[in-house]
Amino acid sequence: MILEAKGLRKLYGEFCALDGVSLGIDAGEFVSIVGPNGAGKSTLINILTGVVRPSAGTVRFKDREIGGAGPARLARLGMARSFQLVHVFPDLTVLETLQAAVVARLGRAARLFRSLARDREVQAGALEVAELFGLADKRHVPARQLPQGDKKLLDVASAFALKPVIILLDEPTSGVSTADKTAIMDTLVTASKRIGLRAIVQVEHDMDIVFAYSDRIIALHQGKVLADAAPGTILADQRVMDTVIGRKAASPRALSC
Amino acid sequence: MKGGLAVALGAGAIAAAPLVASTYHVLLMLPFMAYAVVLLGLNLLFGYAGLVSFGHALFIGLGAYTGAFLTTHAKIRSLEVILLAAAALGALVAVPVAALCVRYVKIYFGMLTLAFGMVFYTFVLKFYRLTGGDEGLPFLRPSLLGQSLDAMPKTDYLVGPYYYYSLAVLGLAALGMWRIVHSPFGLCLKTIRDNPAKAETLGIGVTRHRFYAFVISAVYAAVGGALLGPPTGNVDPTLAYWTHSGNIVFMTLLGGFTSFFGPVVGAFVFIYLQNWVMSVVPYWRLIFGAMLAVIVILAPDGLMGFVTRRRPALAGRT
Ligand SMILES: Nc1ncnc2c1ncn2[C@@H]1O[C@H](COP(=O)(O)OP(=O)(O)OP(=O)(O)O)[C@@H](O)[C@H]1O
Ligand SMILES: [Mg+2]
Repeated sequence: MILEAKGLRKLYGEFCALDGVSLGIDAGEFVSIVGPNGAGKSTLINILTGVVRPSAGTVRFKDREIGGAGPARLARLGMARSFQLVHVFPDLTVLETLQAAVVARLGRAARLFRSLARDREVQAGALEVAELFGLADKRHVPARQLPQGDKKLLDVASAFALKPVIILLDEPTSGVSTADKTAIMDTLVTASKRIGLRAIVQVEHDMDIVFAYSDRIIALHQGKVLADAAPGTILADQRVMDTVIGRKAASPRALSC
Repeated sequence: MKGGLAVALGAGAIAAAPLVASTYHVLLMLPFMAYAVVLLGLNLLFGYAGLVSFGHALFIGLGAYTGAFLTTHAKIRSLEVILLAAAALGALVAVPVAALCVRYVKIYFGMLTLAFGMVFYTFVLKFYRLTGGDEGLPFLRPSLLGQSLDAMPKTDYLVGPYYYYSLAVLGLAALGMWRIVHSPFGLCLKTIRDNPAKAETLGIGVTRHRFYAFVISAVYAAVGGALLGPPTGNVDPTLAYWTHSGNIVFMTLLGGFTSFFGPVVGAFVFIYLQNWVMSVVPYWRLIFGAMLAVIVILAPDGLMGFVTRRRPALAGRT
C-alpha cells in the first residue's frame, strides 16, 4: 500500500469537515473520490498532501508516518498534487513553471550561481512535460495569460513534472467541457505511464469520467466514507448514486460529530 | 541582445564619465555606484522574492561603520579587507535577523525589518565608544589593491582610482546578481513570490529560499554601505536611520523592481534628481513624496516599465 489514512478527523471550530475517514491506495490504482459539495473531498486531499493538519488520525506514505511533514517534504518524497482552484505562478511562463518543478525534483533548487539556461537536464525535462500535455506551443506564454483550461492543465503538468510516485488531483478538469475532459484524462493516463507513476487519486464531479477511468471509487458524504468499492458496485448502489449525484436534495449538514 | 547593448553603453558611459563630465558630477556618481550595489541586493528580496524590507539601512550602516571602525580604530586601510569584512559582518548579522523575519510576509515582514533597523540605529547612537555616537566616525582614505594613495589630493583620489574601484565592485556585484537571478535558485525565488503555497507543493523550501535571499541582500547592502564612506570621509547614524531604508525602497520603485537593472537606474535618477531639486527648492521631500505617489499609481513598474512594458508582478492592486 502506497498511501494509507486511518481515522482522519478535521474540525473547523465546531464544524466537522471529516469524521473518521480511513482509506488505502495501492500501487497501480486509479482512485476517484466523489461526493456532493462540502462532503470533505478537498479537505481529505489537503490532509493527505500535508497542506492541512488533521485534528486526529494518521497518514502513512511509503510505509512511514507523515503527520506534519508539510507539502514540500512530501513532494520530495514523491507525492505531488494539484489544486481545485487554479494555482499557477502568474508571472512565470509555462516552461519556467515546469522548469521549477524539474529543478525541485532534481534537488537543484539551492544552486545559486549555475545557469538555468545551460542546465540541459532541466530544460529537456520541462520541455518533455510541456509536450506531453500539449503546452509546448504556449511554452513562452506567462501563466496569467493562459485560458482557464490551460492554467488548470499547467497546474497538473507541473505536478507530473515532479515524476512522483503518487499524484492527487483535486478536480483536474473542473470548468472544462466534457469533450475536453476526456482529452485531459487521456493525457493524464498517457503521462502517468510515461513517467512511471504508481497511483492517481482524483476528485471528480463528472460521473461519466469517474466511471470511465477509475479502478475504485471512494464516495464521501458529510465527512464520512459512504462507499469504497469498484465502479460496478457503486453503480449498483442506488443510495450512494443518489447521494453522490445529488438527485436527492442535499440534507442539512450535521453540525458536530 | 538590445538589453546587452544597453548595458554595454551604460557601463561605457560610466567608465567615460571622469574623462568628460565635471568633477562635481563625477563625485555624484560615487554614491550612485554604492547605492546601485545596495539595490541590486535589495531587489533580490523585493523584485524576485516579493519581500519588501524597511530595515536595510541596518546593513548599509553596518557596512559603513565596519569600514570606519577598521580604518580609524584597527589601522586597517585595505579596501579589499574592508569590503570582505563588511560582507562577512553583514551576513553574520543577517542570519538571525533573517531567520526571524522570513517567517512573516507582507506588512509583518516589513514591520519586523523596520524594528530591527531601529534597534540597530539606537545601538549606533548609544555605543559612543565604538561608533562615535551622533557625531559618527571618520572613514579614513582606504588603500586600493595594496596601494596607499594618501599622497594624492582628495578629489583626484575620488574621481580617479576610487571611482574605477567602485565601478569594478559594481560590475562584479551586477555579474554575481545576474547569475543568481538566472540560476535554479533564482527561478525558485520567483515561484515563491508568485505563489508560495504552490511552490511548496513542488517541493521548494519557501522559508529557506527567503532566508538565503535575505542574507544575500544584506551582504550586498553592507558592501554598498562600505563604499558610501570614503567619498564623505565620515559615517554617521543617519546612514542607519529608517528613512534611509525608505529611500532605497523609493529608488527601487522609481527605477522599477520588475526589471534587473531597474533599481540601478532608480539609484542614478534619485541621486541626480535629489541633488538638482535640493539646489532649486528647499523642500525636496515634498517633491519626492509627490513623485512617489505618482509612480505607485501611474507607473508601478517604474522608469524601466516604459522600456520593457511588462505588467507589474507585485502591484498592490488586483
Ligand atoms: N478553512 C475552513 N474553515 C472552515 N470551514 C471549512 C474550511 N475549509 C473547508 N471548510 C468546510 O468544510 C466542508 C468540506 O469542505 P471541502 O472543501 O473539503 O468540500 P469538498 O468536498 O471539496 O466540496 P467541493 O465539491 O465544493 O469542492 C465544507 O462545508 C467547507 O465549508
Ligand atoms: Mg473541493
